[in-house]
Amino acid sequence: MNTKINFAGIEMKNPVTVASGTFGYGREYSEFFDLSKLGGIITKGTSLKSRSGNKPSRVCETASGMLNSIGLQNPGVEYFAENDLPFLRKFDTAIIVNACGSSVDEYVELCRILNTLDIDGVELNLSCPNVKEGCMAFGNSYEGVKHVTSEVRKVLDKPLIVKLTPNVTDIASIAKAVEDAGADGVSLINTLLGMKIDINKRKPVLANNMGGLSGPAIKPVAVRMVYQVSKTVNIPILGMGGIVNGEDAVEFMLAGASAISIGAGNFIDPYASVKTVQGIEDYMKKYNIEDVKDIVGKVEMN
Amino acid sequence: MPVNLKAKLVEKKELIPGIFKFSVEAMEIVEKAKPGQFIEIRVNDNTEPFLRRPISIHNLCKESGKLEFIFQVKGKGTTILSTKKEGDLIDIIGPLGKGTFNYESHSNLAIIGGGIGIFPLYELAKNAITYGKNVNTYLGFRNKDLVVLEDEFRNVSTNLFLTTDDGSYANKGFAIDFLKQDIEDGKIDSIFACGPLPMLKAVRKLAIEKNIPCQISLEENMGCGLGVCLGCAVKTAESPKEAPEYVHVCKAGPVFEATYVEI
Repeated sequence: MNTKINFAGIEMKNPVTVASGTFGYGREYSEFFDLSKLGGIITKGTSLKSRSGNKPSRVCETASGMLNSIGLQNPGVEYFAENDLPFLRKFDTAIIVNACGSSVDEYVELCRILNTLDIDGVELNLSCPNVKEGCMAFGNSYEGVKHVTSEVRKVLDKPLIVKLTPNVTDIASIAKAVEDAGADGVSLINTLLGMKIDINKRKPVLANNMGGLSGPAIKPVAVRMVYQVSKTVNIPILGMGGIVNGEDAVEFMLAGASAISIGAGNFIDPYASVKTVQGIEDYMKKYNIEDVKDIVGKVEMN
Repeated sequence: MPVNLKAKLVEKKELIPGIFKFSVEAMEIVEKAKPGQFIEIRVNDNTEPFLRRPISIHNLCKESGKLEFIFQVKGKGTTILSTKKEGDLIDIIGPLGKGTFNYESHSNLAIIGGGIGIFPLYELAKNAITYGKNVNTYLGFRNKDLVVLEDEFRNVSTNLFLTTDDGSYANKGFAIDFLKQDIEDGKIDSIFACGPLPMLKAVRKLAIEKNIPCQISLEENMGCGLGVCLGCAVKTAESPKEAPEYVHVCKAGPVFEATYVEI
């Protein structure tokens, strides 16, 4: 049985990665299992300079999911390179850095630095709903996405994946912009913008009022978007949004994802990602599938 | 280092209506756990409710490996948890939190708690009195129907002061009033607090005014409980408003030096 894939130029031992912002820089979960079992790790969103993040409360639970408005709190790329990357490199897994910025110049400068680091690829975050500038502001139009992706492409030789926001009318056209700008892959979906109100206080629960919805609640939306994007672009898709086990992962792959990420699922089960690796293998055994690539895009529409 | 295990529920008791004490077998957690730490419980195998429930550790029995925690039934998660039966297995991650109660360098402790915030203070009081500390405990409740663990705390305290807001049981007033008096009398060299936010704010203010070392246990909405999602943020006291610096209750806490955080 073969579970190895080459995703957007990145060699992975299996198609299972962990989503940005749900796995930190790996240290906490390394206390539960050997990170080398994963196909790849997408780091916490990392910016040029450190960011302190949003005011609390930053998270709350919702039906089969959660809202967050962390606001990309991170120590900055320099700190990452010195303190976290050497730790992550001890494991035999692909390291992909989620890169975020608040202007085109900042994205370019950050990616210029990332290009010099010992990492396997960059996931360009054009989709965080929780920061005022940048991110989603670039991510919600064809032109915006194409512009920032093209500029980054000029300085980045490493594999470039662009993470898309679902908070748009036509995600397929945004994915097309990524492909047209010369990126190697797309990842989707980031969180859906949502809100929860405390009816007793008559105020939103999150200090930032709105936040990003994740967890199984968003899975059907994510599967639909992965399918639509797969019918539009030829670059590979990293699918995510509510995956908590192997069956969920297979669903995304059938819809057209070449690889997948476990996100909020890590929070409820620290072993969710490794169990998903096993779950995909179980599915392959059940249906006599020799190569994991043979699941990708095999949905038969009615 | 935390572990994830299925712990057998060996004793279940409803202390007062809606407040349950669970005793579980969890040697791997018990042998590592320190006063002030917490656990995270997944109440069922599906994804509704979604997140784990952070619950403080009440009592650790290092010999038998039993861990006790007490919770109030408040929402979906705790309602499901309260239906568990003796013999059931409970999915727990723990011990969690690097910020624990550190009493070793002090002699005359004030341990102050309010309402359901008193539970994590028990393990602290028990340890401190075993090590020969002078343990002054101040517990406040809204009224007599909500008073719990009086005898248990009396057994691990040199002096116990119990108050109810309405005077329906024991002393009328707030626990902090008794603490204030003992500070005036020079009986206190350190304060350890857990309880509702208004109480913690008042205790923190008092400790700063009187220049007494004070450790407080905080609560904040949590996503992961492991220090990954960065959800349970609390601002450090020294960082300016325009450039706030946040630390996280699940990782740097839940117990903080009162002067370190802004609440």
